[in-house]
Amino acid sequence: MDLTLSPSEEEFREEVRTWLQENHPGPEPEGAGLDEVMQFRREWQLKLHGAGWAGISWPKEYGGRGATMIEQAIFAAEATRQEAPAPANVLGLAMGGPVVIAHGTDEQKARYLEPILTGEEIWCQGFSEPESGSDLASLKTRAVKDGDEWVVTGQKVWTTFAQYAKWCMLVARTDPDAPKHQGLTYFLMDMEQDAVQTRPLVQITGEGEFNEVFFEEARVPDANVVGGVGNGWAVAITTLMNERAGLAFGAISQIQNALGRLSKLAQETPSNGGTAADDPYFRQRIAQLHIEVETMRLNAYRGLTKTMQSGIPGPEGSLGKWQWADINQDLTELALEIEGAYSTLARGSEHAVAGGAWQYSFLRSRANSIEGGTTDILKNIIAERVLGLPRLR
Amino acid sequence: MYFDLTDEQQAIKQTAHDFLASRFKSERLREIAASDSGFDESGWKEMAELGWAGLALPEEWGGQGLGIVDLAVLFEELGYVCAPSPLLSNTIAGLALAFAGSDAQKERWLAPLALGELRGAPALIDAGVLAEPNKFALAAGSNGDGTVLSGEKTLVMDAASADFFLVATADGHRHVVEKGAEGVTVVPEESIDPTRRLSSVRLEDVRVAAENTLPGGTEDYWPVFQRACVALAAESTGLAQRSLEMSVSYAKDRQQFGRPIGAYQAVSHRCAQMLLETENSRSAVYGAAWAADAEPESLPLAASMAKAYASDAGWRVPDAAIQVHGGIGFTWEHDLHFFLKRGRANAATFGDAKWHRERVADAVLAGATAPADD
Repeated sequence: MDLTLSPSEEEFREEVRTWLQENHPGPEPEGAGLDEVMQFRREWQLKLHGAGWAGISWPKEYGGRGATMIEQAIFAAEATRQEAPAPANVLGLAMGGPVVIAHGTDEQKARYLEPILTGEEIWCQGFSEPESGSDLASLKTRAVKDGDEWVVTGQKVWTTFAQYAKWCMLVARTDPDAPKHQGLTYFLMDMEQDAVQTRPLVQITGEGEFNEVFFEEARVPDANVVGGVGNGWAVAITTLMNERAGLAFGAISQIQNALGRLSKLAQETPSNGGTAADDPYFRQRIAQLHIEVETMRLNAYRGLTKTMQSGIPGPEGSLGKWQWADINQDLTELALEIEGAYSTLARGSEHAVAGGAWQYSFLRSRANSIEGGTTDILKNIIAERVLGLPRLR
Repeated sequence: MYFDLTDEQQAIKQTAHDFLASRFKSERLREIAASDSGFDESGWKEMAELGWAGLALPEEWGGQGLGIVDLAVLFEELGYVCAPSPLLSNTIAGLALAFAGSDAQKERWLAPLALGELRGAPALIDAGVLAEPNKFALAAGSNGDGTVLSGEKTLVMDAASADFFLVATADGHRHVVEKGAEGVTVVPEESIDPTRRLSSVRLEDVRVAAENTLPGGTEDYWPVFQRACVALAAESTGLAQRSLEMSVSYAKDRQQFGRPIGAYQAVSHRCAQMLLETENSRSAVYGAAWAADAEPESLPLAASMAKAYASDAGWRVPDAAIQVHGGIGFTWEHDLHFFLKRGRANAATFGDAKWHRERVADAVLAGATAPADD
């Protein structure tokens, strides 16, 4: 057992740290619209790519850095610790590229990978549908063969960055007669056609981070099938595994940052003649959050050790995502409790505490137990695949 | 970075697992729990032969010289069977002698203790006084060169099988007091956990020769206390692990409404929660155990995090297990109540979750970061 970094890993961290300090573009433009933010992120991604930090998990032969899992973890943790912005093409880098690398043809690799890395082509993910959320395999969007093309009709939802995307990782039903997991195919759909329409979905924060996407006989060539017709489910699962493995360490750093801000909030909020940081009730809650974040961090290291030994992330990753959602929600709830009556004021209000940042975080974090696998579904996965309990279905 | 047991530690785990499974089957556990003293002499001898009495004690004084990670491995397995054994109290007494004793005291007390020939138990908490780690009320009266002790220590573990006590006094010292010394009376209490007995130790004008007072002061006992917390937290993790396994196996077997109850989400999600708490507890324990061996400056915070988490998980998981089992889980006949009781006792021993969280709050609100992260 050794929880320290090796000298070469330390060296890597130093390199990451120094590069980020020297190249960090500062915070995203405040009060800017999403268009401006995306432009800012595109520029940042180009800079990352120029220095070889975009796609650090990708093999070198595909333009990545070929970093070890520990190095990926170090990079994610360090970038988040320094509050570096996200690159523009998050989904392309974390999911699209790895899927093309794992399942794509040589032609597909040559065509798609480079523009993902540069951020020139943004990617989005077309999985969920209005009637197929957790039960993803029940999805209804149809793809019908027409010569050497497929004609796609249906609707996707919760599609992040669809309005900026050139490519959509689309799972559609190609064989309605096959059992539901077997009739699916994974396509790369060109979003730049009239038969594809996107509409922003306004969420409870008032923002439109997500979209609905409508396909009305949209066209996708045979050449854009990934992993073979009928193999969509297996290909999609790879994507989801990549999403979870890549997120953990950045997410932990992000919570550590938030915990730091929470402690500061407690220390600056008057309470009973002292501050909230003197109040035994708040002290207990803050301590408990620190303990849980630390257990999450250590779990992630244990998981990483295991993954490095076995080569594939196990279903235990579901524990981390569940825990992350719980902690993030608790944390923002506690911030509002510390603010007391002032927690009723939101962004834009003169007397809002910390500019209303916690009110926003509280609302945004409601999605944490829904997005990327609901906590309820994660518990099913854990029960069935980790504990071996019988399936209800 | 490698967060897993080494091959040697896996071997310790396997040996402990196999030995304890055969030694503490349910019937034997119940016999010991129902016995007068609660002490299993033959089991102790076998554990001593395996080197467990001195597992994490210095080789120089007869111990195995292994680390706290190894100790945690052993205690997790002890918890897994809810082992009735004075190994915990004995280990803490040994660590106290190792950290705060003179060479002469180590030779006289630690060496036989590490071999399992003599058993020691800490006598810390003053009867009738609010129990707080490392804060004691008993006055050390002077008696020529030595000390005289009059008072009552309580919540003393394994007094029935102990040969000597390490009695804590208000001045921060500990004194070796033999159980048979004049003025010492042991009064068994009714502890909720029949597999780890608690007693009061009454001291009436007990004379302690100068050579039996350990030279170390309060500061020397914090590292002992932190290691004790890790061992106890490891034991609680083992209790949780076993309770989880019993529940999963029962939920696969037990049929209601024509299905195994584990197919119902009310049950399966409860089991998932039990797994989460058990794994978190394990991570916190091994993180702290590793700190004890490799990064002692981060041990105080890590030990408090581990003890706080395992204090909760160590009884909540067995408690959830009783719910999964339904009526049978509430019967004396089922073993789960032993796990619940031990978990509850562990939660309140060596600082409860609230006490340790306050230590964590102190550290993090003063600007300290999580251990080993920066």
